Amino acid sequence: MAPARDRRTGFSRRRQYSAFFGYVLAVAGAVVGAALLAASIFNPPAFSTARMAVASVTAPVASLLDSGTDAIASVPQAIGTWINVHGENAALRAELKRHDALLSKARVIAYDNRRLRGLLRVRDRTPEPVLTARLVASTASSGRRFALLNAGRVQGVTPGMPVLGPEGLVGRVLESGPIAARVLLITDPESLVPVRRTRDGLPAIAAGRGDGRVDIRSVGAANVRFAPGDMFVSSGIGGLYAPGVPVARVERAGSDSVVATPYAPPDAVDFVIVERPFMPMPPPLPPRAGPAVSPAAPAR
Amino acid sequence: MSRNTIDYRPFELPLPPGRARALPWISVIAASAVTAILPVVASLALMPPLGLLLLLTWRLLARFALRPWAAAPLGLFDDLVSGQPLGSSVLLWSLCFIAIDLIEQRLVFRDFWQDWLIATGAIAFCLTVGRWIALPLGAHVDPVLLAQIVITVMLFPLAVRAVAWIDRRRGDAA
Repeated sequence: MAPARDRRTGFSRRRQYSAFFGYVLAVAGAVVGAALLAASIFNPPAFSTARMAVASVTAPVASLLDSGTDAIASVPQAIGTWINVHGENAALRAELKRHDALLSKARVIAYDNRRLRGLLRVRDRTPEPVLTARLVASTASSGRRFALLNAGRVQGVTPGMPVLGPEGLVGRVLESGPIAARVLLITDPESLVPVRRTRDGLPAIAAGRGDGRVDIRSVGAANVRFAPGDMFVSSGIGGLYAPGVPVARVERAGSDSVVATPYAPPDAVDFVIVERPFMPMPPPLPPRAGPAVSPAAPAR
Repeated sequence: MSRNTIDYRPFELPLPPGRARALPWISVIAASAVTAILPVVASLALMPPLGLLLLLTWRLLARFALRPWAAAPLGLFDDLVSGQPLGSSVLLWSLCFIAIDLIEQRLVFRDFWQDWLIATGAIAFCLTVGRWIALPLGAHVDPVLLAQIVITVMLFPLAVRAVAWIDRRRGDAA
């Protein structure tokens, strides 16, 4: 390619100044970028309004494309079900999967029963679903694992709500816009979910790895052995996720920190349930009237 | 560019200047938005950053199509849809533009292979530093990141064809 001698601007003051300010602006762009980056690293939710405004435009397009892809994908599926073996295979697999979830749930219930009998009084709440929606897109080019939910504040989705797939925990709502919300998947490297083993209630943390799997790390106890096939469900600690939701299954034996596969791989989930936080944050304390009111005043 | 090819429709009117100047911007923004509207919930970050790819291609192939400061606003839009912390693309894309300008002063006669080499460096720089900014060091994403860099670099010739096609349609107006 021939060189472009655009730096020789001739005698035109206008060209000289516009070329000069073009480069000044280019450097200023880098400086502004560094400032924005520092702001968003130290305060991650800072620009969520702008992000969610854009997402409110992209989410309807993505859900349209999503339903289109589903329609196209259903054609070979419909042909496949004509072949008897295929359909039967799928049904048996589905049944197996259903029983799997049932088994883990039964184990949780047995453990819960044992535990609850020992307690006199337990505050228990059943999580109530907010709505069912679709995961329509994701951040496929960034290492962060966010998905886009096609429901937002208008439908009652607010940050902090857990998101469940049919097989298990998918993630939680991080930011919500008018008609779209961003979901932090449990496989994101910044995601931490408190879990416990179904077998004996051993507490652990499921931390995302970023490659579609999670790390199960033991909490408190040292030299804990994990066996392949160990099932982990959410423990309800922290009050965000309801206890007993299947999270992940251990792949290989190990101790203290092992790799596990999530029950609800996000690329296989289309419909998800958004629930209310299990134990929502207590409302903020009312502001004090003044320095004259001391905490000891009501005791008198 | 259009002078080297046979003009089959010599009396066709070129695009109005405003639209011809907007086309590169629109194409980069559209490429960024593809990532956000693609109906796939991916487990792995294998999708190439198409906005960055098209931006670099425009810069290397038709350098007057975008202003020297265009990287910052285009990067801002990419940040809003890509999931990276806001400001990372603004910074990295601007640095790429400045670096390409510095290279251009020293390497005035470039051919396609040198363009590809420059684009490779810029893509690897943006993706690697972007990963370092967005993710904790312990995240297990590095083999996937390498694959993503290779995929993006291999898409550069295709992007060049696409940009050359758009640039031919733009005509000499801009």
